[in-house]
Amino acid sequence: MKKILMTVGAGALMASAAHAEISDNVVKIGILNDQSGPYSALGGVGSVDAARMAVEDFGGTVQGAPIEIVGADHQNKADVGATIARQWYDTEKVDAIMDLTTSSVALAVQALSGEKGKIDIVTGGGTTELTGKACTPYSFHWAYDTHALAVGTGEQVVKQGGDSWFFLTADYAFGYSLEENTSKTVEAAGGKVLGSVRHPLNNTDYSAFLLQAQASGAKVIGLASAGLDTQNAIKQAAEFGITQGGQSLAGLLLFITDVHGLGLQTAQGLYLTEGFYWDRDDQSREFATRFKERNGGMPSMIHASTYSAVLQYLKAIDAAGGDDSTAVAAKLKEMPVDDVFGRGVKVAANGRLMNTQYLMQVKTPEESTGEWDYFKILAEIPGEEAYMDPAQSGCPLVQ
Amino acid sequence: MPMIFGIPVQALMGQLLVGLINGSFYALLSLGLAVIFGLLRVINFAHGAQYMLGAFVALLVQTWLGLNYWFALILAPLIVGAFGALVERSMLSRLYKLDHLYGLLFTFGLALTLEGLFRWQFGASGQPYAPPPALTGGVNLGFMFLPLYRGWVVVASLVICLAVWALIEKTRLGATLRAATENPVMVQSFGINVPMLLTLTYALGAGLAALAGVLAAPIYQVSPLMGSNIIIVVFAVVVVGGMGSIMGAIVTGYLLGIAEGLTKVFYPEASNIVIFVIMAIVLILRPAGLFGKEA
Repeated sequence: MKKILMTVGAGALMASAAHAEISDNVVKIGILNDQSGPYSALGGVGSVDAARMAVEDFGGTVQGAPIEIVGADHQNKADVGATIARQWYDTEKVDAIMDLTTSSVALAVQALSGEKGKIDIVTGGGTTELTGKACTPYSFHWAYDTHALAVGTGEQVVKQGGDSWFFLTADYAFGYSLEENTSKTVEAAGGKVLGSVRHPLNNTDYSAFLLQAQASGAKVIGLASAGLDTQNAIKQAAEFGITQGGQSLAGLLLFITDVHGLGLQTAQGLYLTEGFYWDRDDQSREFATRFKERNGGMPSMIHASTYSAVLQYLKAIDAAGGDDSTAVAAKLKEMPVDDVFGRGVKVAANGRLMNTQYLMQVKTPEESTGEWDYFKILAEIPGEEAYMDPAQSGCPLVQ
Repeated sequence: MPMIFGIPVQALMGQLLVGLINGSFYALLSLGLAVIFGLLRVINFAHGAQYMLGAFVALLVQTWLGLNYWFALILAPLIVGAFGALVERSMLSRLYKLDHLYGLLFTFGLALTLEGLFRWQFGASGQPYAPPPALTGGVNLGFMFLPLYRGWVVVASLVICLAVWALIEKTRLGATLRAATENPVMVQSFGINVPMLLTLTYALGAGLAALAGVLAAPIYQVSPLMGSNIIIVVFAVVVVGGMGSIMGAIVTGYLLGIAEGLTKVFYPEASNIVIFVIMAIVLILRPAGLFGKEA
C-alpha cells in the first residue's frame, strides 16, 4: 500500500513538474484575421479550423498541458487587431498569435507581441517589412511575402513579353510593398513602370481605375491587391474590354478561393505564385480532403500554412520542454519544418520560413477535369530564390 | 489633346460616364429608401440586405431552375417584395407606434441576420453571375469602351426611377398613399385599407432594392457582403437629397455618383470618403438636405 501511494505521489510530482514549464497550465493560440470582409474566404474561420486540425493531429496536449485555439475578427483594422491582441495577452492567457491577414494589422500586432515577449507567426499578411525592419526576436513569417510574389509572377510576366506596367494598388502597407517589390523586379528584368493608382481597401467598383490603366497604354496591368478586391478588378477588366484591347492582367496575389469565386472562364490563363496547391502530391491531397470535409472548400495557402505554423509551434514547445517564448523561438529557428506545407525547409534568422513557392497558371475550362481542379504547376521556386537574402532584409537581428 | 486641370478631356468624359453608371445604382437604391422613409417613416437598414437578396435570387433561380436573367429581373423583385410584405406584416408594423429608433434597430438586426445566414451558407467570397448574352460585349465610343451591360443599367434605372416617381406623385394610388401617411385615421374613414397600403409600400421598397440587386449581379460578385458595402453610401445619398424626398433621392444619386467618379481621377485615395464630406457640408448649410422641406 505504502509503495503504491509513493508511486502515485511521485507520478503526481512528475506531472506537476512537467506542467510547471507551461505557463498557466494551458497552451493557448489565437488566430486573428478577417472573418467577415474581403479576405475572409482566403483565411477567415477556415484558418481557425486549420489550427484546430493541427492540434488534433498533434494529439491535443503538449508536455501534459491542454491546447486551446481561439479566433477573432480584426475587421482589417489595425487598432481593432491590436486591442484584441492586447486583451488576449493580458487577460486571456494567449501564448501566441497567428494568421494575421492584412499587413497593416500584422505590423501592429507584431510590434505589440515583441513588446510583450510573445510569439507571433504571420501566415496571412504579406509585406516584407515583417521580416525586415519590423522583425522581433519572437516574430515569424510563414507562407509567402510580396518579394516572393514579385519574383514568381512578376518575373514570369516580363518573360512573356509584358515589359511595361501600370499598377492598381490597394491603399495600405501590403499594396505599397507589393507594388514596390514588383516594380524593382520589372525594372531589373528590363521593363518599365508607367504609373500606378491607389484604390481604397474593400473597393467594389474598379471601372474608373481600369480606365486610367487603359489610358496609360501599359502592356500589363498589375493588381497589387488581394481577395475580393482582386476578384472584382479582374471581372470588371473583362467587361471593359481590357484584354481584347491587347493589355493583360497580372493578379499578383491570387488564391484558389479567388479563382473559385471568379470561375475558370474569367480567370483562365492568369499566372499566380503560391506556397501551396492542394493537388500537389498525395500528402497535400490527404490534408485537403480532410479540410474540405470540414469546411466545404479546398484549403488556400493561408489555411495550409496556418496548420503548419500551429503544428511547428507545438513541436517547438515539446522540444524546448516548455512554452517560454525565448526557448521556443530558438527551437523554431533551429528545427526544420517538415509537414504538408513546408517540406524540410528552415527558418532564417529574421524569422522567414524559406518554403518553396510554386509558379502556376490557371487552367482553361477544357483542361480542368473537375471542381477545384484549377492550376497547372509550371515551376518550383526554392525559398532561397523566392525570398530576400536575410542579410539584406534590414532586420536588426541579422545585422 | 485638350486638357482640363491637367486631365485629358477624353479621360474625363470616360470618368463622367462611369460616375453616371454608379450613380444609377445609388439612385435606384436611395429611391427605395426614400419611398419607405417618406411614407412609412421607417429607416430601413435592411435595404442593403434586400439588395443582396435580389442578387442571390437571380443566382439561385439560374442554378436551380435554369431561369435566365430576364426572368430574374421579374422574379427577384416579386419574391423579395413578398418577403418584405411578410416581414412588414408580421413584425415591422408592430413598431410604427413606437419611436423611429425601434424600426431602425429592427431592420438593422434583420440585415445582420440575413447577411450572417447567407455567409454561413455561401461563404463570404463572391459567386460569379454572367450577363445575358444579348448584353455582352460593348461599343467603342471613341473616348471609352462602354460595356453594353452598363449602358443598359443606366437606361433601365432611369426608366424605373421616373416610373416610381410618377406612380407616387402623379397617380391616384400615389395620392392615396401620401394621404394615408399624413392622416391615416381620416383616410381609413373613407373605407381605404391603410395597413394594406403600408404593407404594399414596404414591399415596393424591398422589390426596388431587389431589382437593383439583379442589375448589379453581373457587374459585382454576388456576395453576402455586397449590401453592407453599398448601404452606407446610399444612406448618405438620401440624407444629402433630403430624407423622404423621392425626386431628391434620384437626382442626388446620380450627382454623387458623378462626384465620386471625378474624385477617382483627381485624388483616388479620397474616393470612398468624398460622399461623406459632401454630406457633412450639406448638413451644415442645409440641414433638411438639398431637396428636403425645412421642418
